[in-house]
Amino acid sequence: MGEEILKVKDLSVNFYIEDRVIPAVDGVSFSLQKGETLGLVGESGCGKSVTALSIIGLLQTPPARIVKGEIIFRGENLLDKSYEEMRRIRGKDISMIFQEPMTSLNPVFTIGRQISEVIMQHQNVSKKEALDRTIEMLKLVRIPLPENVVRQYPHQLSGGMRQRVMIAIALACRPGLLIADEPTTALDVTVEAQILELINELKDKLNSSIIIISHDLAVVSEIADKVAVMYSGRIVEYADVHTIFNKPKHPYTRGLLEAVPDIDMNRQQRLKEIRGVVPRPDEIREGCRFKTRCDCAGEVCMDKEPPFYQVGKNLGRCWNYA
Amino acid sequence: MSDRILEVKNLKKYFPVKTNLFGKGTEFVRAVDGIDFHIDHGEILGLVGESGSGKSTTGRTVIRLLDPTKGEIIFEGRNITNLKKKELRKVYERMQLVFQDPFASLNPRKKVGSAIEEVLFIHGMKDRAQRRERVRELFDMVGLRGEEEKYPHEFSGGQRQRVVIARALAVDPRLIICDEPVSALDVSIQAQIINLLTSLKDRLGLSYLFISHDLRVVRYMSDRVAVMYLGKIVEIAPADEIFKNPAHPYSKALLSVASIKGSGKGRKKIILKGEVPSPVNPPSGCRFRTRCEYATVYCGEAEPQLKCIGTGHYVGCHLY
Repeated sequence: MGEEILKVKDLSVNFYIEDRVIPAVDGVSFSLQKGETLGLVGESGCGKSVTALSIIGLLQTPPARIVKGEIIFRGENLLDKSYEEMRRIRGKDISMIFQEPMTSLNPVFTIGRQISEVIMQHQNVSKKEALDRTIEMLKLVRIPLPENVVRQYPHQLSGGMRQRVMIAIALACRPGLLIADEPTTALDVTVEAQILELINELKDKLNSSIIIISHDLAVVSEIADKVAVMYSGRIVEYADVHTIFNKPKHPYTRGLLEAVPDIDMNRQQRLKEIRGVVPRPDEIREGCRFKTRCDCAGEVCMDKEPPFYQVGKNLGRCWNYA
Repeated sequence: MSDRILEVKNLKKYFPVKTNLFGKGTEFVRAVDGIDFHIDHGEILGLVGESGSGKSTTGRTVIRLLDPTKGEIIFEGRNITNLKKKELRKVYERMQLVFQDPFASLNPRKKVGSAIEEVLFIHGMKDRAQRRERVRELFDMVGLRGEEEKYPHEFSGGQRQRVVIARALAVDPRLIICDEPVSALDVSIQAQIINLLTSLKDRLGLSYLFISHDLRVVRYMSDRVAVMYLGKIVEIAPADEIFKNPAHPYSKALLSVASIKGSGKGRKKIILKGEVPSPVNPPSGCRFRTRCEYATVYCGEAEPQLKCIGTGHYVGCHLY
């Protein structure tokens, strides 16, 4: 702890589609210490995946373009790196787990080949050594009979197993930073619990920093140390995981927590809902992004966007705490 | 009997995966393999389970979108298991289905209002003005006042789900089968749809078969809950009871991992080993025994039957 591994400063990403400019991410800043886990939470279209793709340099350009900001990884700005340099970093120092374990693996290569490819790409080892390391990785992610699995193809594995293979690929070179984009969304609850437990355990073992992206606050609560809640391209609240759950400050975070029924609630208690719909990213240009759905929006919220305010242990973008 | 709107007896649905020369099935996926349950008037029965447990197949078979392989479906006192298509139309005036994906269940080329008018027309409302009036009333009911003239693409996911619900209500049904009605929606929108479904139930006195993999939502919505595993109901009980005292080892594990708000790290969880076996060759005896920590030799030999262990609490496990 204490050593800062990643610092994102004022990151803005626009999508240029036909003649429209859509600000998907707008001035996002956060930092991540070594060994720390950050949860990025928000609903579809809030910009959480775009933030992640910007960090790892996988943003489709065009239509997207990073228009502002810095991404400092181990003291160097990743946005200044060339394509070749990024290729060497990706998979070695920063790697990513995607949501869809079904489509992220190549169906025509064996599991063994797909993992050892990553190892050989980034480290100067022989094929034999790479294969040994592969089996070691599969053991690490607790795949039974790894000697057999290396010869198998993705379609022979179940969803949970494939996600384990993805984790093995991502961790093969012991990256300093792991980005997990909705790693359990496509999985069943009992398998989800297995995978979350695995990520938690490996985090301690490998001392990697993790950014976990999810729309489900509960999933994030399982592994994150700190949580950033995003809404419409901006971080609206930032705090440690305990504070977010027990003392949420921003009306949106409160709404998100209240919108999910608690396990001991029944129909007699009406669920609190957030009214309206998620705005399109280019819809709100002025004032607070959440003003159209907020119950406590006042006049100032309409035309001036709130800066971050420190409220207790939270950082919240809301005029109510001005 | 008369307080039951739906009764399902020994329902089975097999899908052939291999056929012989004459197109007859030789190997089957046993999606639903002998389940019994009932729904009372005005009751919400929640059906939970993981993917492949057969919960959606159950929903679709009950409403006869799929023909059952075996068993009986008794709806409002009438056996509808073998009704012909034409006869089923009358049944569909009383029983409707809401699907998961609001993007796929509306015709993109039709204004949502006329899509619902079509339903009314098919069910015998021939007067145009009357249909219009009814559509207006329905849109009012689901909170989309005056939006009848729009196309589906003009709506967000949550609004589309409202349209789908309006369409299901058009014929004034008594029972609605909700197949993962909120799973495709954002969290903040989910609550809106859940509240809509509960208030409609109270207002119109509906019954629901509520299918979902989200335990928190099922807990919230349901009066009783049935847990499915590999085509079987392993436990069925009043919602309070099953969440407080789950009896079946699978229900216990499933409920322990149900993410509870803010409880985060350090909560005691039962992490199951392995994954759901294939429904083509389910394990002999108890289907859960391959992942069960209490499994004994006996579990492989005999299939457990549902046993009553409390008021309305039935469990299919040899431990009891």
